[in-house]
Amino acid sequence: MSEPTTIFKRPASMRDAFTHYCPGCTHGVIHRLIAETLDELGLRERTIGIAPVGCSVLAYNYFYCDFQEAAHGRAPALATGIKRVLPDRIVFTYQGDGDLASIGTAEILHAANRGEKFTTVFVNNAVYGMTGGQMAPTTMPNQVTTTCPRGRDVNLAGWPFPVADVLAQLRTPAYVERVAVHTPRHIINAKRAIKQAFRYQMEGRCYSFIEVLSTCPTNWGKTPAEACKWLDEVMVPYFKLGLKKSPDRPPVE
Amino acid sequence: MAKKLMKGNEAIGEAAIVAGAQAYFCYPITPQTEVAEYLAKRMPEVGGVFVQAESELAASQMIFGAAAAGARAFTTSSSPGISLMGEAMSYIAAAELPAVFINIIRCGPGLGGILPSQGDYLQATKGGGHGDYRFLVLAPSTVQETVDLTIEAFRLADKYRNPVLLIGDGLIGQMMEPVDFEGRGAPPTLDTSAWATTGCVGREPHIVKTLFLDPNELERRNRKMRDKYEQMKREEVRFEAYLCDDAPELLVAAYGTTARVVRTAIDRLREDGVKVGMFRPISVFPFPDEPVRQLAFQPSVRSVLVVEMSMGQMLEDVERALQGRRPIHFYGRGGGNVPAPEELVRECRRLLGNGQGGRP
Repeated sequence: MSEPTTIFKRPASMRDAFTHYCPGCTHGVIHRLIAETLDELGLRERTIGIAPVGCSVLAYNYFYCDFQEAAHGRAPALATGIKRVLPDRIVFTYQGDGDLASIGTAEILHAANRGEKFTTVFVNNAVYGMTGGQMAPTTMPNQVTTTCPRGRDVNLAGWPFPVADVLAQLRTPAYVERVAVHTPRHIINAKRAIKQAFRYQMEGRCYSFIEVLSTCPTNWGKTPAEACKWLDEVMVPYFKLGLKKSPDRPPVE
Repeated sequence: MAKKLMKGNEAIGEAAIVAGAQAYFCYPITPQTEVAEYLAKRMPEVGGVFVQAESELAASQMIFGAAAAGARAFTTSSSPGISLMGEAMSYIAAAELPAVFINIIRCGPGLGGILPSQGDYLQATKGGGHGDYRFLVLAPSTVQETVDLTIEAFRLADKYRNPVLLIGDGLIGQMMEPVDFEGRGAPPTLDTSAWATTGCVGREPHIVKTLFLDPNELERRNRKMRDKYEQMKREEVRFEAYLCDDAPELLVAAYGTTARVVRTAIDRLREDGVKVGMFRPISVFPFPDEPVRQLAFQPSVRSVLVVEMSMGQMLEDVERALQGRRPIHFYGRGGGNVPAPEELVRECRRLLGNGQGGRP
C-alpha cells in the first residue's frame, strides 16, 4: 500500500481560524480562492490586503498576510496610497456591495479610471449583510429586505447597480469580469478569473476587478441550497456573468 | 542658501519636501491650491508621490494607506475640504499613524467665502472627526514660521504616531515673505518595521485597523491615546509672549494672522506709552494654559482681550485657562475681514478707559 498523500489542505495564505460567517455564506469560498491564488503565485509575503466595512471587515482574521482595514467604501483610496508608495507589492481590496457599490462608488470608479495597479474582489450578495439585511444598490427588483419590506421598487430605488458593466465602460485599460460561486463549475471559473486578476497586477498591466455573485442565506431568509438556486435564477439573468473588459483586447473606438 | 521670496502656499510645499515627505494627496480648493500646483511639479522631481484624488474623502484616505505602508504622507486643504477629511482624521488617529494635515482656513460656515478666517479653531482643536482623539495643532503667523512648523509637524507626527494639523489662514497661504531653508532638514526616518504593512517577509502579518469590538481592549487603546495627549501637554506647548515683562495693563491673546495685526497695534500703543502685551499661542492643542495664566495673572494686568477672525473660538480656551480670575473681553471679525491695527488700538484704549493707559 502506498503512503497517504495530502490532496486537499488549508492554503498557507489562510490562518487556522474559526469563521464568523453564517452557515451557507460564500465569503469563505471566495476567501479560499484568493488564498489559493496567493499561494500558487507565491505572493503571500508581498501582499497587502484591504478589508472593507461589512461582513468581511474581519477578513484579516482569515488571510495570513499583511492587511489594512478601511473606512466604509474607502478601500480603493487606501489601496491607491499603498500601491503608489510600494509599487512592487501586491495590493488587493476585498469589498461588499454596500461598501463598494453605494458609499464607495467615487473611490472605486476613480481608482479604476486612474488605472491603479491593484486588484479588487467585489462580493455582490444583493443585500447589506452585517447590519442585518437592508436594501443594497444591488438588491434585485421586488426583493424584500428590511428597508424595502414591500420589495425593491425600481421606480423609487432604481435598478440594481451593475458595477462590473459600468466599470467596463471606462476608456482606461482594465481587466473586469463577473463570476459566481454557487456551483463547483462556477467556483472553478471564479478561481481562474481571480488568478488572472492577480497575474495582470504582477505584470503591472492594469487595474483588475472581479465581481463575484455570492449568497447570503441568513438575510435572504433561505437555506444555503435555496440561496444558490435563487442566485442562479434571479441574480444571474440580471448580473450577466463573463468577461467585461480585458487589457489584451483593445477597446472598440 | 540665501533667503527666498515665497508665497506661503508654495513655502509649505517646499518645506514638506525638505521634511522628507514621500507622498502628497490632494484635492483643489481655494485658497490653498497653489500647494498642489507647486507639488505637482516638485514631488516627481524628488521621487515622491503626487496624486490628485477624486475628493478630499479619498485624498485623506490615501494618506491612511500610504502612512500605514510606512511612508511620510500629508495633505493640504481648506475648511470645507477639511470637513470631508474629518473621517480619515479620526481613522488615522485611531490607527496611530503619523501624518500631517494642513488647513489654510477660509471663512465659513458652509461654502462661506474664500477670504481668510480663523473659524475652524474649534474643529481643529476639539474635534473634526468622530471619537475620542486629538490632533496636535500648530498655528504659524509668518511664512517663515509656516516653513519651520511644517517641518516640525512631520517630526511630531512621527514622535507621537499621531496626526499633526497645521492651521494657517488665507493670508498666510497667499502672502509672500522672505523664507530661509538654511540648516533645515528632514527629521530622522521613523522605524516603522514593527507595524507597517509592507509584505510579511520573514515575520507575522501586520494588521492596521481601527475596529476593536472588545470594550476592554478599546478602552486600553483610548487610555494609551489619552496618555499621548497628556505627554503633548507636557512637552509640546509653544507660545510667544510679546512685551509682557514690563507690567502691562492689558494682555491681548491672538494667534496666526491676527497676532500680526495685534503686534502692529501694540507697537503703536507703546509709542504712546500704553502698556499692552501679547500672548500668542503657537500650539493651540496643547493650549498653553499655564503660560497664559502666568501672563494674565500678573498684578499689573487688569483684563485680557482675545482677538480672532471668528465670533469667538479660542476665546473658550482662554476662558477655560483663566478660570474666571481676570475679566476677558473679545473682539472678533468675520466674513473674511481682517481687523485693521487702528480698530485694535481703539479697542485697547476703550478697554483701558478713562484716559488711563498712558498719555491721552
